[in-house]
Amino acid sequence: MEKSILRLTLNGRERADAVDGNVLLIDYIREIAGLTGTKMGCDGGECGACTVLVDGEPRLACISLAASAEGHDVETIESLAEGTRLSALQKSFHQKLGSQCGFCTPGMIMASEGLLRKNPDPSVEEIRTGLSGNICRCTGYVKIIESVQDAAERKAEGDAA
Amino acid sequence: MSADRPAIARPAGKNALIGERTPLIDGAEKVSGVAKYPADLDATGALVGRIYRSPYGHAEIINLDVEAARKIPGVVAIVTGDDCDVTYGILPVAQNEYPLARGKVRYRGEPVAAVAAIDEATAEAALRAIVMEVNELPIYDRSEDSRAPGAALLHDDKPDNLERSVHTEFGDVATEFANADIVREAVHDCAEVTQMHMDPHAGIAEYDVERHRLLLQSATQVPYYVHLMVAQCMKMDKSSIRVIKPFIGGGFGARTETLNYELVLCLLARAAKGKVRIKLSREETFFTHRGRPRTKINMKIGMKKDGRFTACECTVEQSGGGYGGYGIVTILYAGALLNAIYDIPAVKYDGYRVYTNTPPCGAMRGHGTVDVRHAFETLLDKMAEELGIDALELRRRNFLQTPTTTINGIKVTSYGFPDCIDWAEEASGWKKRHGQLPYGKGLGIACSHYVSGAAKPVHWTGEPHATVNLKLDYDAGVTVLTGAADIGQGSSTILAQVVGEVLGLGLNRITVIANDSRITPKDNGSYSSRVTFMVGNAALEAAQNLQKLLIEAAARKMEAKPEDIECLGEIYRVAAKQGVEMSYEDVVREALVDTGTITVKGNFTVPREYQGGKFHGAAVGPSMAYSYAALAVEVDVDEITGRVNIENIWVAHDCGYALNPLAVEGQIQGAVWMGLGQAVSEENRYFKGLLVGPNVLDYRVPTIKDSPHIEVKIVESNDPNGPFGAKEASEGALAAVLPAVANAVYDAIGIRVDDMPLTPERIVDAMVKHERDTKAQRQAAQ
Ligand code: FES
Ligand code: FES
Repeated sequence: MEKSILRLTLNGRERADAVDGNVLLIDYIREIAGLTGTKMGCDGGECGACTVLVDGEPRLACISLAASAEGHDVETIESLAEGTRLSALQKSFHQKLGSQCGFCTPGMIMASEGLLRKNPDPSVEEIRTGLSGNICRCTGYVKIIESVQDAAERKAEGDAA
Repeated sequence: MSADRPAIARPAGKNALIGERTPLIDGAEKVSGVAKYPADLDATGALVGRIYRSPYGHAEIINLDVEAARKIPGVVAIVTGDDCDVTYGILPVAQNEYPLARGKVRYRGEPVAAVAAIDEATAEAALRAIVMEVNELPIYDRSEDSRAPGAALLHDDKPDNLERSVHTEFGDVATEFANADIVREAVHDCAEVTQMHMDPHAGIAEYDVERHRLLLQSATQVPYYVHLMVAQCMKMDKSSIRVIKPFIGGGFGARTETLNYELVLCLLARAAKGKVRIKLSREETFFTHRGRPRTKINMKIGMKKDGRFTACECTVEQSGGGYGGYGIVTILYAGALLNAIYDIPAVKYDGYRVYTNTPPCGAMRGHGTVDVRHAFETLLDKMAEELGIDALELRRRNFLQTPTTTINGIKVTSYGFPDCIDWAEEASGWKKRHGQLPYGKGLGIACSHYVSGAAKPVHWTGEPHATVNLKLDYDAGVTVLTGAADIGQGSSTILAQVVGEVLGLGLNRITVIANDSRITPKDNGSYSSRVTFMVGNAALEAAQNLQKLLIEAAARKMEAKPEDIECLGEIYRVAAKQGVEMSYEDVVREALVDTGTITVKGNFTVPREYQGGKFHGAAVGPSMAYSYAALAVEVDVDEITGRVNIENIWVAHDCGYALNPLAVEGQIQGAVWMGLGQAVSEENRYFKGLLVGPNVLDYRVPTIKDSPHIEVKIVESNDPNGPFGAKEASEGALAAVLPAVANAVYDAIGIRVDDMPLTPERIVDAMVKHERDTKAQRQAAQ
């Protein structure tokens, strides 16, 4: 397989990597860029654990080719915190127990981030729709919904902290 | 929280941790993406491990040829059944599984060989080059087929493919049935379900050939049991093996025993003389299974006219899969937990655990009790209606009078069950709404219970049930060392809270280190809801031991008697003398004089009298405390599609005392929701040994769109033996969901559907049959 140079912005930094044409975005993120926050929970497209933002839109990294991100802006869970200062969503998922085992959490938070950027004050139904592609096996989703609501309030108050 | 919760005694000014809503101490790592799960661990230089799995459901292996695969450049090691002739299994009496099949394969997907190669593509090519010749045998998906006369045996030493049959009878069953005014029976068939924890299995192992040492890190709930089995199968000293449990993506019982891939990984690492990583696909994770077996139940209940139980007789048959696993325990739990919730004078139980050509089942959340409780609670609902007694009133007439010892030797000490029922009745509007909602809408209630840790551990060694070590050093920080596996349920947080509460310290002073066999004390692991109760009690004792040393040091320094010292956490003072006090840090400094770093420990052992009766199988079922739950479900059944929409769930759970109410709610919501999946959509189906749809799409766990709000009421009965009164807080409510949904569906459409899950197909079939039967009856009457 021919390697070609993939140029993109990953978590705010421009990168150029020699990548095989058939490499999936999730493998690029996890294995080449070494960012293991993005998870793989299924054999492709079924669970949402691998959700990242591409140009601000939620995208499943496990069924996207890395090459498709050429020239685009990719954000993973690692981009949200400022150092160790958690973002509003991260803080809410932590404090409201929207995360138990934590495995679905990066995907869940990135899908929520995509949602809140477009719709800063979503209704419960809008949260359900926005997260309908993300499976969580621990929480029963109740505290996930509460976490997203809490984060929306935090953001509205201009308080990420 | 309700204002009426029992207060914990603590002097004014002492820091409170127990009973506070406490976010998980490792939560920040999870939400930031920093937490490392097995697939995230540093795999620099690691080889790729892959498993060759049987494409046959049942066959004798005539020849396995791995030579062509071995010759592929980049293939570093290949292991087969020849590389391990030792069986493993969670129960010392039922170890009949090899890490890699020898002579025979018993289910499709069973590991047969494994490859370590320099990359994925090479490993993949090697798997394709492996050739297995077999003599195919008949495949049995279901227990009724494998038990049929003349069926081929999966295991030569198990006639009729019966792994274990259990027969118990307590009380005078025949007389008590004769005393009944009505006796009713029902038959149920509950489908197999699986955990589907969100992270597919993964692990990394490193074998150091120079020093003959092995390091394994894998996704397990029971690092200690894994350690034992790795040593056994590798024929190594346990001391040469180190097992570390990283973060894991849940477990729900799938990981309460050593799994084949963990052993295969270790064999590969040794053969490759280095580091190997295995990441199973979701499909392979389904093949590894260890979920809840398909269970057929015959339930018979006798009752007086006033709704009092006289007797219960129950037959259970489980399709357990190809190997023993936890099978014997599962079939014993199914019978034992017929007791300890209601007062039933006589109970007979016949259980059959049967081998089938399917992936082995295991100890899924609510181990053993879920399907049987479904059968009991739905039959109860039918009989209540027939007798014209409100189903909740009927339950009230059958309460245990506690404390008590049940007919099968189980001690029940705390029993918040009546409060659970009262709340569920009130919150759901039961009195006004049950039986009175419009067609298609229904309300159902059911109840359940569960153990707080099995009173007898799986491996009986004579050691305490739990041990916790604490280390206090010059920095005045307390390090909690525990082997208890936090699998997302928040057990490390609970231990930090317990220790901090006793010492009066904030979480800033406390660090928990868990699950490194080189560092942390042995723990049996996270199963049977044992950790909060048992390890919590051990942590409590350890903290009390440490506090004693600190109080003695403070007394020495302030020239007072230890009993006159009051600990407020950051301040120690002489109670009677105003102003005579020391800071915590000064007390620590004093305590370290002459002794240096302090290490203390705490143990917990379940006293003999709680370990059950003397009959065969008595070891399964007894626990030092039982949780209770009552749960109401509101459904909306779509007449056209047969879809059961869950609109609302109210659940009251007696967890003794909520050490961390936030985590208790989360655990209960998660368990109830998992029961919901089993009630309406989840199901493993097999076709000639082939698992149909081993993926996240076909195995239908509810999405956030299908999932209702779940309102939780924490009931606190203050168990006399639990740490601060606490007992189990999650599994207890799961079993109530299935019957509550079935009862609600009946309330909605007037049709009883006894099998599980209540998929649209089953509901539509039942509606069609109901219509046909009604028509036939009408015609016959004319
Ligand atoms: S990993 Fe499951 S959808 Fe991508
Ligand atoms: S928190 Fe475990 S899968 Fe969502």
